[in-house]
Amino acid sequence: MAGGVASGGSSSAETYKEARNFLLLPAWAVLVIFVLAPVMMMFVYSFLTKEFRGGVIWEFSFAAYDQFFCDRGLFGDEPCSFEWTYIGIFWRSIWQAGLATFFALLIGFPTAYFIATRPPHLRAIWVFLITIPYWVNLLIRTVSMKFLIRDTGPLNEFLLWVGIIESPLGIAYTNTAVQLGLFYSYLPFMVLPIYAAVERYNFALSEAAADLYASKWTTLRLVLLPAVKPGVIAGCILVFVPSLGSFLAPDLLGGARNFMIGSLIDEQFRGSAGNWPFGAAASMILLSMVLLLLMIFARQQSKAEGRG
Amino acid sequence: MPLNKDATAAIDVRNAVKRYGDFTALKTISLSIRDNEFFTLLGPSGCGKTTLLRMIAGFEDVTEGAIFLFGKEIENLPPNKRPINTVFQNYALFPHMTVTDNVAFGVQRLGKSRQEALRRAGEMLELVQLSQFAERKPAQLSGGQQQRVALARALAPSPKVLLLDEPLSALDLKLRQAMRFELKEIQRETGITFIFVTHDQEEALTMSDRIAVMSSGEVQQLGEAREIYEKPRNMFVADFIGETNLLEVFVDKIVEGRAMCHLGGGHALTCDAVEGVGEGAKVHMSIRPERLVLSETEAPENSLRGTVHDNIFVGTDIQSVIDLDDGPRMLVRTSNSDRGKKHLFERGATAYVTMEGGAARLLVD
Repeated sequence: MAGGVASGGSSSAETYKEARNFLLLPAWAVLVIFVLAPVMMMFVYSFLTKEFRGGVIWEFSFAAYDQFFCDRGLFGDEPCSFEWTYIGIFWRSIWQAGLATFFALLIGFPTAYFIATRPPHLRAIWVFLITIPYWVNLLIRTVSMKFLIRDTGPLNEFLLWVGIIESPLGIAYTNTAVQLGLFYSYLPFMVLPIYAAVERYNFALSEAAADLYASKWTTLRLVLLPAVKPGVIAGCILVFVPSLGSFLAPDLLGGARNFMIGSLIDEQFRGSAGNWPFGAAASMILLSMVLLLLMIFARQQSKAEGRG
Repeated sequence: MPLNKDATAAIDVRNAVKRYGDFTALKTISLSIRDNEFFTLLGPSGCGKTTLLRMIAGFEDVTEGAIFLFGKEIENLPPNKRPINTVFQNYALFPHMTVTDNVAFGVQRLGKSRQEALRRAGEMLELVQLSQFAERKPAQLSGGQQQRVALARALAPSPKVLLLDEPLSALDLKLRQAMRFELKEIQRETGITFIFVTHDQEEALTMSDRIAVMSSGEVQQLGEAREIYEKPRNMFVADFIGETNLLEVFVDKIVEGRAMCHLGGGHALTCDAVEGVGEGAKVHMSIRPERLVLSETEAPENSLRGTVHDNIFVGTDIQSVIDLDDGPRMLVRTSNSDRGKKHLFERGATAYVTMEGGAARLLVD
């Protein structure tokens, strides 16, 4: 009898395992087809030889990485000295994306807090309002932004008319314009995760802090922010990562001097000047950097947790 | 109101009203809580006791009237400027901080050095016997331990008044009983005025110096635990605090502080007269089950005949259910001892229910 019960137990555990594996199949399929396969393809392509009209020749080569990191002079026959051009573009991209993330946080956090503290039946409406502009295609929104901020656009004309400024601000085709475009493109990705975190926040904690003589600012810094940190981190990642790879905003709002990684990679796969292996290599380097950043971050996070 | 009384009142609530739009949560409350007192606000949920507590803490503003802390009006002080701390119902411990940091939080906000705050936190954790858990996070503690951390955290800044919002309601029975004594002990040791909110009448009776019984936004009765239990003023208090028997009586005459009454069937009863109940009134009389005695023969006064419907064993006592010949069903509690058992009767037997002297109480309204 006892044996029967035991075998029954183990067989049901096996059935459970089989069912679980079967049900996980779609998730695995999505991961393999949409994440693993493209990354592997890019990885392979980055080590191939370029074909002049786009595409690749199946011949192993370090040329793409060499081009990225090494300056070999005008004729390409000198020994490798470090190439700063692409690193510079990367650095500028990180800086731009970082600033866009910072501004999105600055505006997004109070917005999310505001929505989360409305009566429950109004919250959904506010969230809906936030997402309305995003029903319009990103390209159209970015072009509209360009029209808004150009020297003869409504923003400058309004400010001139009111008399706040005497000559147009000249934001178009600057870093500021790019940051503004990135900020605008990805703001909801900051607001929504923070909103979700603040909505789950136990506001009794803020009351407890006030009860224990904490000012509003101290409460924010020592109690609210630590409690909603996962939401803030998620929001920052969701804004920073696509900003870093973005090419629409830099192309349309920034002009030639405000080239970002996204545009660099985009250019390699479009038009006749294309260099697929180089584009793939740049993508791989970008991916590694983002992963590295996230890993360092996760590491510190778990260290901070472990301290308690 | 004499001035010297004001000076010793830790909290003085004067004609405080709280309205939310059309809804009146508190209707003109006035009460004075003495320094060093263990004061309890007791009432069912929705009676306004928590609202009053939150008004004292500063989380709700006062619609009308005023609240004074040691003679000083505190209406315009935000919660973080009031020398009052709160033990919250679900503790509201800061989840990302250690127990020590939780307890040190308030002390540090008062401008004390980190070292001073940690020393004070250590003292407080010793007081609540949690020193060995100082470095843990709240989530790693049991409910009872979290409750003590909340207490230590609220006591650490040495508040003038400590507010406790149903702090024991989330604990299991044994722990709750142990914590009652501990809380009372800590209150005596620290000499801090405690204002305790609860819906549990037993909790209120065992711990409090004085109790304000509240219902529907009003104070129904304010007094010492014994007074509230033995001399309830009205139906609500008599019914809410402990178990009681209610008899509808007619007051015939009041002579020298004694009220001569009769039941609907004509049976005469006598008890102390109370303020607010005059001759000719039709009111309720409350008698606690443990103040009733069963006997075979009729006693000279306040004795009613009935039939034993059932005897229910409740551990310390035996509860007899008696159907009166001349009235409703009554509960009689007899102690489960050899002495008590002499007064028990079989089911179906006829017995007399006699009220002990001074046990019956007339209720206003």
